[in-house]
Amino acid sequence: MAVSIVHRVTGSGMATVGTILFVWWLAALASGPAAYAAFLDLFTLQSGALNVVGYVVGIGLSFAFFQHMASGVRHLFLDAGANFELGANKRTALSTLVISIALTAAFWVFLLEKSNG
Amino acid sequence: MGNGTEIGRVRGLGSAHQGAEGWWHHKISAGSNLVLVLWFILSIALLPAYDYATIAAWLAQPMAAVPLILLVFSVFYHFHHGLTVVIEDYQHDHTRFVLLLLLKYFTIATATLAIFSILKVAFTAGAAL
Repeated sequence: MAVSIVHRVTGSGMATVGTILFVWWLAALASGPAAYAAFLDLFTLQSGALNVVGYVVGIGLSFAFFQHMASGVRHLFLDAGANFELGANKRTALSTLVISIALTAAFWVFLLEKSNG
Repeated sequence: MGNGTEIGRVRGLGSAHQGAEGWWHHKISAGSNLVLVLWFILSIALLPAYDYATIAAWLAQPMAAVPLILLVFSVFYHFHHGLTVVIEDYQHDHTRFVLLLLLKYFTIATATLAIFSILKVAFTAGAAL
């Protein structure tokens, strides 16, 4: 139940905030170096590292993707008629949250380790 | 060939007489989203830097621009259908019509801008390589 609602929330969030930022990023890129620098400036400090907005948006969207992906894969199995036993159903619902938090953490550890050389 | 049996004509349509196709297309685009968005996230994570020159040179490659255009088709189709379901489930008055209309305009406008931008970078930055 809760995971189903979260699936809708993360999907709706990516469809609105994610789409606007994705298209803004591409349009800035197509408009040239100055427009792209202005886009990057919203999310980064002078040093090039992410600012607070960059972290909130970046971690928020990456978690939204991994959560939507994990519960989406779970839904594919449910649609095929599998996993309706109460115990297994609840375990896989919880595991989508654990997996999405773990994948988000791994993704950011990788990114930050890389930028720190 | 006739028109099929009565059960054959209605099988899979349910009490609403429509919608099964939308459900199935949502599954198909979910599968392609899974592959394409994972490719996109990994590609971005593996880039050496995020300045204009690096990103433009990356997007100028056919093997970056084409999957990204496919991603736009797949993801935008998927979110259009997903948000349609959300609006239909929670909006029961005239705002439903307005929101569904705005969603269609939003999806087509953003998809066109995304694809144009990808092609422009691919063709102009690619020409300089």
